[in-house]
Amino acid sequence: MASKKTGRKQQMGAAVMYPLDWLEERSGLVGGIKYFLFRKVPGDTSWWHTLGSATLTAFLVQLVTGVILAMYYKPSPAEAHSSVEHITNDLTLGWLVRGMHRWGASVFIILMFMHMGRVFLFGAYKYPRELNWIVGVLLLATGLFEGLTGYLLPFDQTAYWATVVAVNINGTAPFLGPYIASVLRGGAEIGPDTLARFYSLHMLLIPGALMGLIGLHLYLIVRLGVTSPPWSKEAAELPDPESPPPARSGLTQPGPRASGVRRRPTE
Amino acid sequence: MEDRPGDDQPQLPPPSLWPVGFAVGIVCLLVGLVVSWPVAAVGAVLALVFGFLWARDVATGGRAVPGLPPEEPAAEAPAMPEPAPGERFPRNKFLEGATLGLGAVIGGIVTLPAVGFALLPAFVKQGAHEVDLGPVDDFPENKFVVATFMRNPAQGEITRQTAFIRNNGLLAGKPSFTCISNRCAHLGCPVQAGGPLFEGQKKVEKTANGEVTLIPALPAAGFICPCHGGAYDQEGNRTAGPPVRGLDRYEFLIREGRLILGNTFSVAYVDGAGASARIHRYELSGPGQHVDGPEAWLYPLQPPH
Repeated sequence: MASKKTGRKQQMGAAVMYPLDWLEERSGLVGGIKYFLFRKVPGDTSWWHTLGSATLTAFLVQLVTGVILAMYYKPSPAEAHSSVEHITNDLTLGWLVRGMHRWGASVFIILMFMHMGRVFLFGAYKYPRELNWIVGVLLLATGLFEGLTGYLLPFDQTAYWATVVAVNINGTAPFLGPYIASVLRGGAEIGPDTLARFYSLHMLLIPGALMGLIGLHLYLIVRLGVTSPPWSKEAAELPDPESPPPARSGLTQPGPRASGVRRRPTE
Repeated sequence: MEDRPGDDQPQLPPPSLWPVGFAVGIVCLLVGLVVSWPVAAVGAVLALVFGFLWARDVATGGRAVPGLPPEEPAAEAPAMPEPAPGERFPRNKFLEGATLGLGAVIGGIVTLPAVGFALLPAFVKQGAHEVDLGPVDDFPENKFVVATFMRNPAQGEITRQTAFIRNNGLLAGKPSFTCISNRCAHLGCPVQAGGPLFEGQKKVEKTANGEVTLIPALPAAGFICPCHGGAYDQEGNRTAGPPVRGLDRYEFLIREGRLILGNTFSVAYVDGAGASARIHRYELSGPGQHVDGPEAWLYPLQPPH
């Protein structure tokens, strides 16, 4: 009875594994995903280290809800505001999806700043992770630009005048400012093209840039590993010379640079 | 990793013409479907025959090719000296350069027009449209009227603008008007008349610019911006707050007894008032951009408007 059960279990396991093995043999995707998800991190990694993933989650929420909102939104001056009202008031669950997108935008920006603060306070921007800090700053600027372009789309008085002011602030930049403002407006004055232009930037150009930068950001994280918190006792230890270095030791364990500040607990 | 036999040389099928004949048959069949049935039939026969021969070849493991002796494993004198590792042939370098260069050219041909289309329309064909505000009689002498109109009726309500118009009477026998734009010189918010609007005396003129609304006003405190507190006097001179210059103005002309607004221009400040005012006029600049003084050096070139 028991052996029959284990036999069936093995059969089930084989049935599950067969397509995965087939995929792995031809693409290496299964191993790649395992490498990405189950990589080694320092033992004292804490909840603070989840802010980056939280930001990514907020971005994915914006991505999904934005794609769905684009199915109902009409980017023309005459129809934009009424289509947003239609989404909010008439369409089933439209209020929810629009609310998620609207509030999620703030969540995304706030989480970006919190993640940035964590990286700064933990000193995680130091060698060899400077490049990832720079990519992160580009992500912050791109994310804020996404917020600016999205703010116009409801096309009410707040949206319109906030955009007027924002474009004119860009226009006061020295030398190139007047040209930047004209490019943003699509002309000398805000007109029908401005809305369509902001819509295109908001849903195509900037998200594409964000996705590319996020890919680079994640690549560098996987390559360089996660930093220990600054109070880490683990990271202050010397590596044990007897034991071989872990498979991807590199940056999850201190190198010779840490030896000077070695402090063993006194107890 | 140990060497397996055949690792170093690709396992080529023996040379055979049957697939070529099969392909010709298929082409003939497809052309025949369009052109005529007999051609299609010939193609079908060709494809069947050659397909059969090809399949037989594959199934029997290939024919022996009579003319070709089996390849010698090692030729005694190689025709060319073995290249050192890392050494590259000129042709190799040329092909790499050609690939990169051609790729760049193709990329440029595709990208440049797209980028131009994205950027240039913002700068060309931006001519301002004349605005017909209706008969001059609608503007009583030395009184301000708040006029709202569509700058470009073809583009609709989004081009609606507001101007403060004052009839200054005659100057040397010619009519004089003060036409102040309501775009704040700080960041472009709409400035408001600092005094009562007489909504009861509102007039609506139907002109070529759609509905023009004219509301008499008494801006005793000049013009005030609700956004950041910029304040101007009745000539549009900055009196307080963050604006960097006076309010912009419209050119105007009288045609057949009607007041026509033309291009907009920027104003640093105005000496005097009314018909005898001296306007320090500059090319139209964006809000927040200095037109005079050393700060104006930061904005040497304005895009065409």
